[in-house]
Amino acid sequence: MTFFLDSFKSALLLLWSLDAELLNIISVSLNVSFFSTLISALAGVPLGLVIALNEFKGKRFLITVLNTLLSLPTVVIGLFVYSFISRRGFLGPLGLLYTQKAMIIGQIILILPIITTLTLSAVSRIDDRYRKTALTLGANALQTAFVIVREARFGILASIIVAFGRVIAEVGISMMLGGNAKGFTRTMTTAMALEYDKGEFVMGIALGIVLLLISFAVNIVFNYFQGKTRD
Amino acid sequence: MNRRYAFILITLLLPLTLIASVAIGAEKIIRMSTTTSTENSGLLNFLLPEFTKDAGIKVKVFAKGTGAAIRDGMDGNVDILFVHDRKKEDKFMEEGYGAYRLAVMHNDFVILGPKNDPAGIKGMHAAQALKKIVDSKSMFISRGDDSGTHAKEQELWGLAGITLNNKKTEIINDGKTTNLEYLYPAALGEGYISIGQGMGKTLTFSEEKQAYTLTDRGTYLEYKFGRQQGLDLEILCEGDVALNNPYGIIPVNPKKYPDVKFEEADRLAKWLVSERGQRLIAGYKIRGHQAFFPDAKADAAARP
Repeated sequence: MTFFLDSFKSALLLLWSLDAELLNIISVSLNVSFFSTLISALAGVPLGLVIALNEFKGKRFLITVLNTLLSLPTVVIGLFVYSFISRRGFLGPLGLLYTQKAMIIGQIILILPIITTLTLSAVSRIDDRYRKTALTLGANALQTAFVIVREARFGILASIIVAFGRVIAEVGISMMLGGNAKGFTRTMTTAMALEYDKGEFVMGIALGIVLLLISFAVNIVFNYFQGKTRD
Repeated sequence: MNRRYAFILITLLLPLTLIASVAIGAEKIIRMSTTTSTENSGLLNFLLPEFTKDAGIKVKVFAKGTGAAIRDGMDGNVDILFVHDRKKEDKFMEEGYGAYRLAVMHNDFVILGPKNDPAGIKGMHAAQALKKIVDSKSMFISRGDDSGTHAKEQELWGLAGITLNNKKTEIINDGKTTNLEYLYPAALGEGYISIGQGMGKTLTFSEEKQAYTLTDRGTYLEYKFGRQQGLDLEILCEGDVALNNPYGIIPVNPKKYPDVKFEEADRLAKWLVSERGQRLIAGYKIRGHQAFFPDAKADAAARP
């Protein structure tokens, strides 16, 4: 019990002191998670929409593949991307390994299937009459898509929230592709892993509490938008 | 009533049977805490079976960080320590936890860097080399994980006359405010990258960035010659006394903890510094290179 109390106090102390290193760690975490979620949403939502609204051969198979990708381990993604971007890899000359860009690439692979499949299921649940009504009212394909996204917005936003939660809490990709370099690619999760290795458990849990508080703040923002779209 | 007697009888007998079973299976076993480097390098797997053959004593090994290993000794959890942090070892002895300390061997650290050596440190003393790395604003990768290697690195920055900045973080432990401290050379700025990971990851990170780093020779040999694609970094500084990494063996003091197996631990310590033990250590090779250098002769005067 005292252990958690200590950790909680340490977390508050850390936040209160506005420790420059901690702020840097938080900003790296948020920055990387924001861009990987944004890019995945920009690609995943239209992708899910296209798959949901079109009938084509192999659709069921494609959905099965996408669902399988949901269980892709972060370590596998890390290894895969690593082999491409390390100095000896195909994209080696770009010098991407151990940068925030590398982390974003890995995280996109992680959450693109999440956003795509959840969008797909959110859109599939929408009554087909919306689509037909829009079409009969003379809407073109883009306008029809817009109507459907409007109807499915709740589910789509939920998919983005899930994806964000996944990347901000993820440690495998950040460690392997970011390398936990202090001040550059150290995130809250890799910092926690380090404190565990050093045996500083209190500090590790304190960072965990900070992470939850940050996620809470981010979700308040999301919640605000969800409330907005409801009106 | 009968059941009650039976219960009392059983509770009385249980410990007896336990003691008996331990006594019957009385193999001589001692517990040793050591650092990961002796275990990971394969040295112990090579040495200890020989010792068991000679002395009929088995050794149970717990490999952990030097700090944690010494902690084991202070808590009386083990019979003997085999570690490499002279400062902590001396403190351990001063506080009366150890029976005696014998110098067994040393391995050494080396400074690695890219083949073209942009800072031009090849063949220099370690301290000089680090100074040159800072002056030329090159990149240096640090373990940054409170390990023995990290401790050595900080010591070397000190020798190089580089000012170390101290970063303190307050945390609360057991209800008390304590500080986590972290020393780093400020002069290198963004060229100093602290990655907080193990030796292997630090080597691959340095290779990727073609940066300088400090490593123990054993891990370097494994990564250079033990992999399909050898590490693309070269040894630039070696052989400096400041880079030596001495290992000591310390049986736990039976006056402090009467239940430690001092007699057996004493035999292991004496065996390691005996001519046979020392010859075996010198003969152990990682990828065809000698990794540990026997030290017992130099320490002969201090032998009890």
